Amino acid sequence: MRHLSFTPKLVTRIGKNTFDFGNQVLDMLSFVGETAVALGKSVMQPSRIRWRPILFNIRTAGFDALPIVGLLSFLLGVVVAYQGAGQLRQYGANIFVADLIGLSMLREFAPLITAIIVAGRSGSAYAAQIGTMAVTEEIDAMRTLGISPQEMLVLPKLVALVIVLPLLTVFADVLGIFGGMLMASTQLDVSFTEFLDRFVKAVGPTSFMIGVGKAPVFAAIIAIVGCFQGFMTKGGADSVGRQTTRSVVQSIFLVIVADALFSIAFSVLQL
Amino acid sequence: MSTQTAEPDLQSSTSDETVIEMRHVSTKFGEHVVHTDINLEIHRSEIFAIIGGSGSGKSTLLREMILLQQPSSGTIKILGTDLNGISEESALALRKRWGVMFQNGGLFGALTVKENVGLPMREHTTLSDAEIDEIADKKLVMTGLKPEASQQYPSELSGGMMKRAALARALSLDPELLFLDEPTAGLDPVSAAGVDELVIQLRDQFKLTVVMITHDLDLLWRVTDRVAVLADGKVQEVGSMLALSKSNHPAVKPFFTGHRARSLQEQQINALHA
Repeated sequence: MRHLSFTPKLVTRIGKNTFDFGNQVLDMLSFVGETAVALGKSVMQPSRIRWRPILFNIRTAGFDALPIVGLLSFLLGVVVAYQGAGQLRQYGANIFVADLIGLSMLREFAPLITAIIVAGRSGSAYAAQIGTMAVTEEIDAMRTLGISPQEMLVLPKLVALVIVLPLLTVFADVLGIFGGMLMASTQLDVSFTEFLDRFVKAVGPTSFMIGVGKAPVFAAIIAIVGCFQGFMTKGGADSVGRQTTRSVVQSIFLVIVADALFSIAFSVLQL
Repeated sequence: MSTQTAEPDLQSSTSDETVIEMRHVSTKFGEHVVHTDINLEIHRSEIFAIIGGSGSGKSTLLREMILLQQPSSGTIKILGTDLNGISEESALALRKRWGVMFQNGGLFGALTVKENVGLPMREHTTLSDAEIDEIADKKLVMTGLKPEASQQYPSELSGGMMKRAALARALSLDPELLFLDEPTAGLDPVSAAGVDELVIQLRDQFKLTVVMITHDLDLLWRVTDRVAVLADGKVQEVGSMLALSKSNHPAVKPFFTGHRARSLQEQQINALHA
């Protein structure tokens, strides 16, 4: 008899979780809507745009992230070239390492690794900052002082990240390819000039544009999820930690889903 | 932000002495009923307190008055403006006419005390930075904060100083209406007594209307004109502390029985007779 009570509990839990999930999706959509309205208002009245926090966010999310983005994409380039080297050598196709590195880095790895690093670095910081402000009643205070938290907190982060993530992606492109090039010259005897000759032929500007073009979308996802989870914080300090974790998991998840959708779209468009 | 300032209904608030009017206000969170049919009137230059046990919905009521939350039904009119379906312009106009002091201060951690106090002016007025600084200094002196504190960050302040700084910010646009959420909670008795004085002084000097939520019996006896007792989602009784202390209402009585309440009450009644 005992195991019978398990079933209703499980069903209740599934139901509750589904319901909660649905509510979260709705909340998120309404947050996206609010942000869009705030953005629209700022565009109509450019005097409302807060430049100082935008510049501040460009520095913290962009400039300060250069070392880590550079290092990791360099290593990624090294790893991809190293993995490819064995296969290519078997067929004597050493020179095609430029194709491998060029296409994979520009199209996929650089935008993705940059987005993931920024989600971990800045998305979490957004959630933690806004979450702490919610707990200490600063958000409420802001509203009662007639300052829109959307304008003050969300838009500067969104705008800054949309500017900065494509730039970081270009930086990651460069260092990733440099890493691959280094590996190609030591493992496959492909000199820098040979590599670059082949690279120019193999990789067109479309590949570059596809990679960099994805970045603003990833940026919007990271900024909106981070801020949204911050605003969802209720109660005490433990909630800040929970929402911060959730913001990182969700934004990385959504970035990868968006990347998959991009892949499908590009293959349909034959790009 | 300061380009559009809708003209507030000035005449209705000056001719009518009622500053806040709540009619049949009910609030529900899903199944959970917080208030049913709350009716309240708060008059100009009055110090009005809302008391009630934990979970009686005092904070929710306050949040509904300051446009942070909406009641499920009923109307709330503040300074002659109906909060139901209020436009963004008139909401902003109203917000400039009231000040709110939150329980934890709600000061912005990224700004110094002086910047906190100056922020509302920076947002909503065209005053120069020098003028704003000067006014902010004056507000800080008025609330009894030492000049050294103005360059500190909120995290470096003691509880009492934080409340004073929060009050200074609430007063920065010279509001007509002041909302205080637990103004003495977490303060030592000396600082709390300081807050009592401050509230009375503000009302006498600036004819402010003050609405507060508090548990502090000292504060209630010393400063309030009228007090509303909230229990079971309703306003059980409204009156002066003296009148309430004589009430036999089962929801009101617990506030005035118990030795802490009784000794205070005796003191206050003796003081009134003296």
